Amino acid sequence: MANITKADVEYVAGLAQLTLDEATKERLVAEMGDILGYMDKLNELDTTGVEPMMHVLEMSNVFRDDVVTPSLPRETALMNAPKTDGEYFLVPRILDTE
Amino acid sequence: MSNTWYEKTAHEIRDAVRAGDVSAAEVTESCLDRIAAVDGQLKAFIDVWNDAARAQAAQVDAKIKNGEDPGPLAGVPIGLKDVLCTKQGTTTCCSQILKGYRSPFDATAVERLADAGAVFVGKLNMDEFAMGSSTENSSLQTTKNPWNLECVPGGSSGGSAAAVAGHECAITLGSDTGGSIRQPAACCGCVGLKPTYGRVSRFGLVAFASSLDQIGPFTKDVEDCALVLNAICGRDLRDSTSADLPVPDFTQALKGDVSGMKLGMPKEYFTDALGAEMREKIDTAIKVLEGQGAEIVEVSLPHTDYAVATYYIICTAEASANLARFDGVRYGYRAPGVTNVDELYRKTKTEGYGPEVRRRIMLGTYVLSSGYYDAYYLKAQKVRSLIQRDFNEAFERCDAIVTPTAPTPAFKIGEKSSDPLEMYLSDIYTISVNLAGLPGMSLPCGLTASGLPAGLQIIAKPFDEETLLRVAYTYEQNRGFELAMPAALRAQ
Repeated sequence: MANITKADVEYVAGLAQLTLDEATKERLVAEMGDILGYMDKLNELDTTGVEPMMHVLEMSNVFRDDVVTPSLPRETALMNAPKTDGEYFLVPRILDTE
Repeated sequence: MSNTWYEKTAHEIRDAVRAGDVSAAEVTESCLDRIAAVDGQLKAFIDVWNDAARAQAAQVDAKIKNGEDPGPLAGVPIGLKDVLCTKQGTTTCCSQILKGYRSPFDATAVERLADAGAVFVGKLNMDEFAMGSSTENSSLQTTKNPWNLECVPGGSSGGSAAAVAGHECAITLGSDTGGSIRQPAACCGCVGLKPTYGRVSRFGLVAFASSLDQIGPFTKDVEDCALVLNAICGRDLRDSTSADLPVPDFTQALKGDVSGMKLGMPKEYFTDALGAEMREKIDTAIKVLEGQGAEIVEVSLPHTDYAVATYYIICTAEASANLARFDGVRYGYRAPGVTNVDELYRKTKTEGYGPEVRRRIMLGTYVLSSGYYDAYYLKAQKVRSLIQRDFNEAFERCDAIVTPTAPTPAFKIGEKSSDPLEMYLSDIYTISVNLAGLPGMSLPCGLTASGLPAGLQIIAKPFDEETLLRVAYTYEQNRGFELAMPAALRAQ
């Protein structure tokens, strides 16, 4: 049984950039404990010497000729932007400056 | 007055349109009328493209008038799961974080269907970001099962399944990461096919778990599945994982003959976990194939019991990486009233995602995090190799594998929505197929005593969709029953 604490949930939420309220945290402590506990089932298997599957198809790198092709026009690329000045995506200030 | 072209299969519509017996416009009106009549109950569609569909149908009719080839799917009305990017309308994955998003391009599969003469009638409901097995995780609406309006249609492509089963259009496209085409097809009594990983370009398919996702059709019969595969399969330079292999004419596989073929029954799929009534339906279906000359052999997939755990580690890990792109900067929802960029990310994601998506991002982030990566993610990738090896060994003894698609028929709305782990276990028979990258298909194999469809799953070797279709077509031609129109939707 995976032992998931509230501190674990808060740490992972930080990594995932989520802000969770107290009730959600409590629920996730229980649910993640249950689900990760179920996943611990894999420890029953001895996987010594088994290669991890990196890709389901036997593929190597896929190359194409390095030819310039048209890209999206700027106005199309910006058409879904929540905020734009017509040239760039605008976001709130990133660096704190005086 | 209203005609009944909406009840027809795609090949019937295509033949009639090409022969000039009906116009694409008439067929389109029939489906749009049908959607208007029944979708208030079913709630399969989240957006109906009345005007765009009429315009597309007019183009097909103009081609015929001008003596041009209108294409192998001429005038066939098709609905699209909202996970597929379309220039028409919006593409939201039924998530608030993508509300109002307009794609600047069409998915390759959509583009190829349009080139084949299809008429798109709208976008279909789904579990948010395709995460779920009941379509209850949509942030927009709850789709009903056409056979019993109190039951779920399955998921995540529940809208796609309900639309075909409810005869709102001839064909729909869905996506299948762990069973999201086959399980709802089984629940709703239609044909659903997940092609081999790499068979269909994923360009324009909003990514959930990139090593597992694949686009595929829902249809009323097996022949229509072959028609869709003919149109959508094949290499695409915009998806480097699309396989550079020749695409056969899949209609050539519709032979109605399985004599001399070996069909494997994996003993791990036929345990007490399978309800007695479902077991009986599957046994009866397998007997039909045996009666057509197939030899039934027992095979073993010894790591079946580990598939759900493996799948939910890998798919949540990949989802947590894929969904990191929705940050409120370039498109989609942006939380209001934020003062710095860190707060922008946090508030946007927290407010934009529903509970199941947040849960999977949390699980995926956990299994990839420092200290747990080896124990969960790397371990799961090793077990994934073992699961693939099981199938390779089983296919040394048989040409295709036959199993149930789901352990139970469609369950009641609300029945499993409070227990995520129980919901995950409803994918038990479908997810191994994605982990091993194989093609799989679900076919209706009768109704239970309570009037709900049961599904037979067929699994074949990689890139052997022809064997899937051959077995499926033989079963369909000899199954000895017709699926009637669901009672709730008759005489609308």
